[in-house]
Amino acid sequence: MNASSDRLPRLLALVPYLLARPGIPIDEVAADFEVTPKQIRKDLELLWMCGLPGYGPGDLIDLSFEGETVTVTFDAGMSRPLRLTAAEATSLLVALRALAETPGVADQDAVQRAVAKIEAAVGQAQPAGVAVGLALREAPETSRVRDTVSDGVLRKRALHLRYYTPSRDEITERVVDPMRMLLVEGRGYLEAWCRAADGVRLFRLDRIDAVDVLDEPASPPPHATPTDTSEGLFQPDPSQRTAVLVLEPDARWVAEYYPTDGLVELGDGRARVLMRYADTAWMVRLLLGLGGEAHVEQPPELVSEVARQAEAALRRADHLPAT
Amino acid sequence: MAIARAERLVNLVLCLLSTRQYLTAERIRAIVPGYADAATDEAFFRMFERDKTELRDLGVPLETGRGAGFDAVDGYRIARRDYELGDIDLEPDEAAAVALAARLWDSPQFTGAAHGALIKLRAAGVDVDQDVHVPVEPKVRTSEPAFPPLLAAVQEGRVVEFDYRRPVPVEVRTRTVEPWGVVAWRGRWYLVGHDRDRDAPRCFRLSRIVGDVRAVGKAGAVQRPGEFDLLSFVVRNQPAADQPPATAKLWVAAGRAQGVRRRAKVIGSRDFDGEPGDVLEIELRFPDSAAGWIAGFGPDVVVLEPEVLAKTVREKLLGALRGAGVRA
Repeated sequence: MNASSDRLPRLLALVPYLLARPGIPIDEVAADFEVTPKQIRKDLELLWMCGLPGYGPGDLIDLSFEGETVTVTFDAGMSRPLRLTAAEATSLLVALRALAETPGVADQDAVQRAVAKIEAAVGQAQPAGVAVGLALREAPETSRVRDTVSDGVLRKRALHLRYYTPSRDEITERVVDPMRMLLVEGRGYLEAWCRAADGVRLFRLDRIDAVDVLDEPASPPPHATPTDTSEGLFQPDPSQRTAVLVLEPDARWVAEYYPTDGLVELGDGRARVLMRYADTAWMVRLLLGLGGEAHVEQPPELVSEVARQAEAALRRADHLPAT
Repeated sequence: MAIARAERLVNLVLCLLSTRQYLTAERIRAIVPGYADAATDEAFFRMFERDKTELRDLGVPLETGRGAGFDAVDGYRIARRDYELGDIDLEPDEAAAVALAARLWDSPQFTGAAHGALIKLRAAGVDVDQDVHVPVEPKVRTSEPAFPPLLAAVQEGRVVEFDYRRPVPVEVRTRTVEPWGVVAWRGRWYLVGHDRDRDAPRCFRLSRIVGDVRAVGKAGAVQRPGEFDLLSFVVRNQPAADQPPATAKLWVAAGRAQGVRRRAKVIGSRDFDGEPGDVLEIELRFPDSAAGWIAGFGPDVVVLEPEVLAKTVREKLLGALRGAGVRA
């Protein structure tokens, strides 16, 4: 969004907005429109010059300022906001319907009532052609974890976690200060300040093996900022290594599931991809499990580690008593 | 000093809202402050065309027509009932739901639009608090390359063509689809529409579209069936759910394979191949994918029972050896 293309919608919305809130502080207006108070003052100065044909003193929009507050005294006929565009109605209604059909996220009843009211106000809304279902793939033990975690988030208490980290195949105990829970791409996460790691971390709920709500309050440090999820949950890290893989058709899900780049189709459903990974042991586990549906070409140390572990595992399995 | 464009446009909206008569471009030029800045007729018409486009893009319903008078050309007005957002009054819990909904999108197509919708609801007098505290914050992304062209095709009602990869049996084929909608389900995006080749409704996973989506034919050519529920169609088309869990007995090297241990019960300890370890019993919820998961732990995990699982794991390991370029 750029500043000038946002200005006209804001100008058209400001007068009805102020009409509904006589004497509102300008700082509050600025916060609601997500611009600076200085910009709001500029907008008000401009609106003051606008009005009805004739453009005499009684025709122009009139505002009265008292201290840091503002009141509309003449609206020049602009008493209601412009109706929602199809895109605006779609983005809001699709999101609300998604919340409505996902238990445990928002008050279902309130969501349903909001949908009905917005549909009524928007008028003959086109059928949107977009639908979102947020349903989770979740085991029963994870929903118990979810309940406890969400209790800690709402009551703002520190949590004690027993957490499995697959990249290191390790289970650790830690105390975290919860910030919020996220539901992204079908999975639930706890975002919290991890005292041991001294940083903000995302904990996947299905990897929390035990959780207790502690008596002490959650106190993430002031510089703990929520993760920006707009580019995905996990950002490429310059310290990560890159593997070159050739995926057979049965392993194509790897390219859909993990961050991969530079996909080249090789025909017959095979593809070569570059895949970033942080931890060799984790990558070896993935490749062993793919059982030849992925050919690893690079780097050489990964190739030899996969071969070494597969050989060791086969040798060990040969010690099974023959049946 | 030239009058700012934004000021001219606000005045134009106020003027057209206040008139019942259609006003011709010439009348508007004479009335609305700012158009007098145009030195020539041509400059004025260019300016006016641009303004009309901008207002229409914002969703301002500009009507054109001729009045009862002597005007020989079309004029313009804005009907108040088409312009104004209807009355809306949200209870605090409803407004909280709206705030949460507006934050759902992490999407170039929807984030800005949701913000625009919030501004208008606030202007209608609804108090929507952005900082509403909720236990869970859902986020939906639309990062698939095929998403923008498919959404556009759905909205324009245009037929699309794309190459689609089917996993079983493996094939890449060009599909021609009348798109009815795009659907996110459990973190994945699908296209739902009428598959012209199969002559039946189908759903397609966006991540399996190979290369570009091509819109073909005229806008408005696609008719979506009235009462079609897109989301339930996708849900119904998912592969059959969980098989019954199967029990397996594993040997796990001492202190290793935490990922297996956290899901299993230790039933004894035992050396294997001269290595100390434990015997574990585990319920495998997804027996099909379990073999790959177990093979991943390499020599740290050996399947004792059932034999069919032990065999599958062995095949995975042989395959991985080939995948690493070793002839086994």
